[in-house]
Amino acid sequence: MSDALRRHGVWIGFALLLAVLPRVFTSGTSLTMMSLMGIMMVFALSYNMLLGQTGMLSFGHAVYYGLAGFIAIHAMRTFVADKLPIPLPLVPIVGGLAGLAFGVVFGSVSTRRAGTAFAMISLGLAELVAASSLVLRSFFGGEEGITADRSKLFRVFDLSFGPQVQVYYLIAVWTFVCVLAMYAITRTPFGRMCNAVRENPERAEFVGYSTQTVRWISFSLAGLFAGVAGALAAISFEIMNALSVSAGQSGVVLLMTYIGGVGHFMGPIIGAVLITALQISLSDITGAWMLYFGLMFILVVMFVPGGIAGWIMLHEPVVKAGLTGLLAVPYLTVAVPMAASALGLVGLVELSHHMLVKAATEGGKFRLFGVAVDGSSLVPWLVMVAIAAAGFLVARALWPRVTHAWGQVHDELKRRGLR
Amino acid sequence: MTAAALELVDLHKSFGKTPIIRGVTLEIQQGERHAIIGPNGAGKSTLFHLISGRIPLTSGAIRLKGQDITGQRPYEINRRGLSRSFQVTNIFPRLSVYENIRCGTLWSLGYRYAFWMGVDKLRDVRERTESVIEQIGMTARRDSPAGVLTYAEQRALEIGVSMAGGADVLMLDEPTAGMSRSETSRAVELIRKVAQGKTLVIVEHDMGVVFGLADRISVLVYGQIIATDSPERIRGNPAVREAYLGQAEGA
Repeated sequence: MSDALRRHGVWIGFALLLAVLPRVFTSGTSLTMMSLMGIMMVFALSYNMLLGQTGMLSFGHAVYYGLAGFIAIHAMRTFVADKLPIPLPLVPIVGGLAGLAFGVVFGSVSTRRAGTAFAMISLGLAELVAASSLVLRSFFGGEEGITADRSKLFRVFDLSFGPQVQVYYLIAVWTFVCVLAMYAITRTPFGRMCNAVRENPERAEFVGYSTQTVRWISFSLAGLFAGVAGALAAISFEIMNALSVSAGQSGVVLLMTYIGGVGHFMGPIIGAVLITALQISLSDITGAWMLYFGLMFILVVMFVPGGIAGWIMLHEPVVKAGLTGLLAVPYLTVAVPMAASALGLVGLVELSHHMLVKAATEGGKFRLFGVAVDGSSLVPWLVMVAIAAAGFLVARALWPRVTHAWGQVHDELKRRGLR
Repeated sequence: MTAAALELVDLHKSFGKTPIIRGVTLEIQQGERHAIIGPNGAGKSTLFHLISGRIPLTSGAIRLKGQDITGQRPYEINRRGLSRSFQVTNIFPRLSVYENIRCGTLWSLGYRYAFWMGVDKLRDVRERTESVIEQIGMTARRDSPAGVLTYAEQRALEIGVSMAGGADVLMLDEPTAGMSRSETSRAVELIRKVAQGKTLVIVEHDMGVVFGLADRISVLVYGQIIATDSPERIRGNPAVREAYLGQAEGA
């Protein structure tokens, strides 16, 4: 029993967390946000089956999410119109099958090539679908999109799925099942060979595996899970529009996955939660939120290529060896000036955004970090530049302490024979 | 009479207008340990690439245990029981030693593209993997990423990945290149061990290794085999001495 608990502890914890969250965050907004996080987790993990597991960079993964979402929403309408005895919780199966079908068909073309050629084909297919979404109005619904009423479907156990909390639990169950399934796939013969193909496709062919077939299966399965995510989105929003198959949506999933970390299974989960939270909260606070995502992405690519999960995993041996203390103080000493520098930069972005976008109608005066400032005067600009520059210089001056601390950690680990 | 393990019939390969392999015909019997030697640029590695399906033939035919494998893909040839190693180490650098070997076993044990069964629970895979790791003497390193191993360890792993699928025709491309004396003798021991009961085709520069291992030797010069014979007679062959061994002695 205790052995089972140890082995499945993470999953039991995950299930409990999903179950308990709506008791803690009860507001409608947070329920919607958590529903979206679940959807994006599935979507980002499905993307990482390609990028992280098999080493395939796709620029068009939203195609499978979006198309499956549309099919799911049409299915919901049909189920309602024809009074079919199919309840709402089964709709994600429709989405999954649709995603799988598109994955198999489009994958048969795009996975013939790897690397750059594959990336280009994925982009081409995405553009093709995005372009047809403007033309095929009966399927994509034009600018208004297609709507459905989830509460009108056949009911079981008297669940109407009107209240958001019921929808949350529907999504949570599907999220749990999909995350578990995608994790399990990484631990199968096929999952291992995905990694092998990522590492060295040539060698994989010489141990009996067709890399093209591995890529194709991977692509099809990624389509399946993206399809489930798309159907969950259709259920949650009760509307699908052309944006969901767009390059922008494909970009968001890439961003989430990469920022979270492609090298670790947890990465896309962290990315999905963080980016979704930021997307919703930041877009309320500032009009320049897209810019912050872009900056964040660039910073991660440049300085933390392993993503957040990769950065955390870097510290795993340190924590295990009980050496966290060596790093904590240097980390804190640079974190303070870095935060100050970031604050200054945010101030500059906000000033620019206000002056470029809003000043024409609202004038130069606005509140920055709760303080009344006038963007047309030089003072706030200079203050922000000073904070940003001072923070940066201090952080740079203190950085050797971090390097030194890491040196100590490495020496200590080596001494103990852990490295 | 059983079919030859490997039959090469008038193989030709040109890169553009440059002929590299110019009519190679060779028969290697099952269970034989056959070495291919020759000066640099003679086309030894190209010949390996042709046999293993890495690059296509210009003309000719290749038969593996009597079956025509001409024009087949590397994975198809591998599935028919021919496995090879590479001159430049060609492993899965960020996967552990254990994972590297395991990847070599999966297809041959019939697991193909299975994405519905846990790989850690497969007993035959685990046993085969562990036995290969033990044979190549890397039990202590089983969890290290292949990329951080020493050169000699990577070469041993290269052989391990190649033999893990249990292929009965094993082709090794300069397995001891760049090794020290002691590493070489250990590698030769390993090769002798893993080639037991199998057909071995080996490209090698180290004459000590070649004459110690091979039952027969073929000498490849400018894309043609000028002699195929037992080690003693190859040593005494004047044409070979002139084309190859003489050069080495003169150097």
